[in-house]
Amino acid sequence: MGMLLEDGSRVGVIGGGPAGSLFAYFLLTFAQRMDMPLSVDIYEPRDFSKPGPAGCNMCGGIVSESLVQALAVDGINLPGSIVQRGIDSYVLHSERESIRIDTPLREKRIAAIHRGGGPRDISERTWGGLDGYLLKLAQDLGANVVPTRVGEVGWDDGRPRVKLKDGERTYDLLVGATGVNSSGWDLWEKLGFEGKRPETTKAYITELNLGNRTINETFGNSMHVFFLDMPRLDCAAIIPKGDYVTVCLLGDDIDHDLVHTFFENPAVQRAFPVTWIAGEGACHCSPKINLREASKPFVDRVVLIGDCGATRLYKDGIGAAYRTAKAAARTAVFSGVTASDFEKHYLPAYELIARDNRFGRLIFRVVHRVKAFPPLRHGALKMAAREQARPGASRRMSIVLWDMFTGSAPYREIFFRTLDPRFWVRFGWSSIRAGGGRRGKQMEAAHGTGSAG
Amino acid sequence: MEPGALGREYEDREVICRQGDRGDCMYVIQSGTVDVLHQDGGAEVLVGTMKAGEIVGEMALFDRQPRSATVRARGAARVLTLDKRAFLRRVHEDPSLAFRLLETMSQRIRALNTELASLKQAPAATEREPARLAGRRG
Repeated sequence: MGMLLEDGSRVGVIGGGPAGSLFAYFLLTFAQRMDMPLSVDIYEPRDFSKPGPAGCNMCGGIVSESLVQALAVDGINLPGSIVQRGIDSYVLHSERESIRIDTPLREKRIAAIHRGGGPRDISERTWGGLDGYLLKLAQDLGANVVPTRVGEVGWDDGRPRVKLKDGERTYDLLVGATGVNSSGWDLWEKLGFEGKRPETTKAYITELNLGNRTINETFGNSMHVFFLDMPRLDCAAIIPKGDYVTVCLLGDDIDHDLVHTFFENPAVQRAFPVTWIAGEGACHCSPKINLREASKPFVDRVVLIGDCGATRLYKDGIGAAYRTAKAAARTAVFSGVTASDFEKHYLPAYELIARDNRFGRLIFRVVHRVKAFPPLRHGALKMAAREQARPGASRRMSIVLWDMFTGSAPYREIFFRTLDPRFWVRFGWSSIRAGGGRRGKQMEAAHGTGSAG
Repeated sequence: MEPGALGREYEDREVICRQGDRGDCMYVIQSGTVDVLHQDGGAEVLVGTMKAGEIVGEMALFDRQPRSATVRARGAARVLTLDKRAFLRRVHEDPSLAFRLLETMSQRIRALNTELASLKQAPAATEREPARLAGRRG
């Protein structure tokens, strides 16, 4: 067999999270269209139906608006048995005010999910997890799931080989979907991957069991995002689900002190029910997140997808897993599995994510400056509030904030949208008014800022 | 509407998109069924009925013509809207996204061919029938 997949080719996938499962799903879909039978093994030691860390891939649990749409076109319509809550709006909180931004068309187009079987203190399982659902889709197309952790890899006459307790298996293509929270990169270096590993930092996630009724009354179907001046904190969100809300903090090495400061912040206290006592839930973790891509994500017959290669900065990591998985599957079926095939057909999708993150880093630096200067911070929120209060008005700030916090548009697009002089004129004017003391407040009251809490 | 349901809920007979309107989105049915109706003068002809998982309203995205039919909920239906610009950008990045639409359109052309053939056969049969009867009488 040459460097093209052919009838009967064997493909191994290490990691059965969204990247691995979606790769297998698209590989088998494309191969079926070509009438090319393939044999696919997915190595995944975790049981995604189990609650707690045993079945969880540690993630905030949001499927973005753009990914929900792309999956629907691909024929993957996320069912209500997986989606715990359809999100139709965002509520942005600062110390002084809260504003609500609705989805275009006021439709539920963002999915709040658990990745695994739910938090460790879950009493009744009503919903399945996303990872188990996607893995099942791949299995339904013929993928074979091997519930084993791969501890050793090597080469067998130019083909990648996986060593297991009960023997060895050689593949025509081996795919790495090991994320950044496992020892996956040790394996890839054994296969000759050189250059830089992904650069990572520590995030923080906790699941708070508040009960469905309280969540409906307090958080509704809105994701709550915090626009606070806290050093090292880039994004903070409360994601309402079924009986739980997920609190997710992203930034530069989120530690216990920062988590404590966040929970004690008046804006955060205001978002929760008055009876709530600040503190983390029974299930909490500090997973690593990918900040900067690995320098080279492929060699002949081996390709890395999802978090262990490149992911989108802070937002829409599952979307990045989908894009890299699909690009790698397209390359393998329609072009070939050599390093030069991946360079020509896979690398552009990979670099698109990496390049976009450069704009993302720039945007978050600007946002830090905006958050640190109260008139600008309040000006941004007031501008968005005024836009929301006037139906039909241009929504320049609302769209920028929406796309930034939902991950619905590339950072590049958000960046260029902010270059419009009209954006800065209105932002400047809103900031002057927000910083203008009593006179400014009187003018705001006259305009009605449409706050929501 | 259950909390995890995505898209928007339409009531029985509520119009999702209207014939003649500009088409800047297409739809994926999440649950329930919708009718596709062609209006010609005052008459309304049921062209088809679509169910969960099917895509509807995609033609206006490609041919930049006004909507060729009205889509209306038959009973309660939940429908996810897909934006034209976002979709076309995605297709530019990932052309395989268009494959499923090609499959959908191909299936619709097959169904149309079958219907066209049966329509062409029907008048021919009615034309033959009086001649056969006249022959008997003669």
